[in-house]
Amino acid sequence: MRLALGALAALAVAASAQAGPDEDKLVIDGVEIATEAQAPEGHPLDKLYSGWRFRTDETQALQMDDFENPAMVAVEYGIELWGKPAGASGKSCADCHGDVSELAGLRAVMPKWSEAAGRPLTMEQWINWSIETHQEAEPWKWESQEMLGMTALIGLQSRGMPVAPDMSGGMAEWQERGKEIYYTRMGQLDFACATCHEANAGYMLRADHLSQGQSNGFPTYRLKWQNIGSLHRRLEGCVKDARAEPWKSGSDELVAIEAYLATRGAGLMIETPSVRQ
Amino acid sequence: MRARLIAIAIIGAAGASAAAEVAPLAVSFTDGAVAESLTGVAGDPAEGRKAVFTRSMGNCLACHQNSEMEEQPFHGEIGPPLDGVADRWTVEELRGIIVNAKMMFEGTAMPAFYRDPSQAIRIGKQYEGKTILTAQQVEDVVAYLATLKE
Ligand code: HEC
Ligand code: HEC
Ligand code: HEC
Repeated sequence: MRLALGALAALAVAASAQAGPDEDKLVIDGVEIATEAQAPEGHPLDKLYSGWRFRTDETQALQMDDFENPAMVAVEYGIELWGKPAGASGKSCADCHGDVSELAGLRAVMPKWSEAAGRPLTMEQWINWSIETHQEAEPWKWESQEMLGMTALIGLQSRGMPVAPDMSGGMAEWQERGKEIYYTRMGQLDFACATCHEANAGYMLRADHLSQGQSNGFPTYRLKWQNIGSLHRRLEGCVKDARAEPWKSGSDELVAIEAYLATRGAGLMIETPSVRQ
Repeated sequence: MRARLIAIAIIGAAGASAAAEVAPLAVSFTDGAVAESLTGVAGDPAEGRKAVFTRSMGNCLACHQNSEMEEQPFHGEIGPPLDGVADRWTVEELRGIIVNAKMMFEGTAMPAFYRDPSQAIRIGKQYEGKTILTAQQVEDVVAYLATLKE
């Protein structure tokens, strides 16, 4: 029976070279980063795959070499900002936080619960909270080069660490809300996130090879954007693909979806900053 | 009342004659099939062919392969190939599948191309009050599909 299934799978692969993830390994400067993970029991997917596994060899290669990775320009800018004094405090991030590597592991638990706010905050929201309350400077716009440079830099400190969302207490409520949206069919085309990324992951949607829609690589350099962009920007595009009205970056709905996506990708490795088509 | 207004809007958008067009909410299904033409005007297979591959119209190639359109790049693989659909389905069944495939295939990923827009959740502003295809475009697509025999 197992054999027969295997043969069928082989046939399917022969019929369509594109179906499913490929077998490539992500090695960045000699260090391998796993791009798949076993799903825990009760998970809607059998096996978790990074979106990297669904991209062409050319796109994959850009992420395998930090000198080729076009997102590293943003990281460089992030390093510059990290050491730059600003605001009424006259302090830089480094003055208070030390080396940015002190924030290793933070990206892997985003969005993270804030006791003060009584809700989860995304990396962007944590950064702006600290800029306003500690640095006493003007917050950054969601999709500004400043914010993208900083989220890329802080995210990079967690590269190779597994996505490990807190699933307790208040977080669970937000994840549940995100899950509800994930399975709601919306827009003129009546698609849910799950229509594309769960039921049809691995298949071609016209020219697009659908992945599981995992969030472990954000912020991501997208060749189509010719720029690095946030997860919320990517989601705006996905919602528009259903011809539905998108939510604003930083909205409660997108934070809830982000919280739920982290649970769908728990165990996958952080790849920030990734490269996609 | 709402349905009537929408029907009028659609007729207006399509620039069709005032001929009685069946509004989305008034379409009657039997076992997933729709017996009656939505417009009473025979579909044009050439127009239908265009609607099938054009992204802003049916964009059926997003999900279906279709050998008859090999000149078009990128055929999706979410649904079965359209080759020979006319051997598998009657014209009435094909009309039902295009109007609202969920009446034939429960929970299918295929969009309902002539569904009352008020039934959509969070429909994009620019699509408010609009079906994906006009009634005549549905008839055109059905006429094209009817030519796909093997
Ligand atoms: C019409 C199909 C469609 C729908 C519906 C859709 N997406 Fe996507 N999504 C895509 C395509 C195409 C891509 C780019 C290729 C890929 O990674 O699948 C993408 C990419 C993504 C990515 C980036 C993956 C990566 O590796 O960088 C995420 C995250 C994502 N989608 C999440 C969602 C969420 C959450 C929803 C629901 C709000 C959603 N998508 C709805 C088609 C869709
Ligand atoms: C004046 C000191 C100060 C400055 C300047 C400052 N921060 Fe902070 N930051 C803090 C303090 C204090 C906390 C709270 C630490 C805690 O509660 O663990 C914090 C928390 C954070 C957090 C959340 C960390 C976590 O573990 O939850 C992030 C992210 C952050 N800061 C980023 C930045 C960035 C980026 C800058 C520069 C643009 C910056 N901060 C500038 C003092 C500062
Ligand atoms: C989002 C993907 C999607 C789009 C877009 C789509 N379909 Fe489908 N279609 C499907 C799926 C999936 C099925 C299989 C039914 C099921 O879900 O079991 C299907 C089934 C069909 C069938 C029955 C095929 C058979 O052999 O049984 C026809 C005919 C059809 N589609 C025509 C069309 C036409 C014409 C268009 C464009 C106007 C279109 N589809 C657009 C996904 C799609």
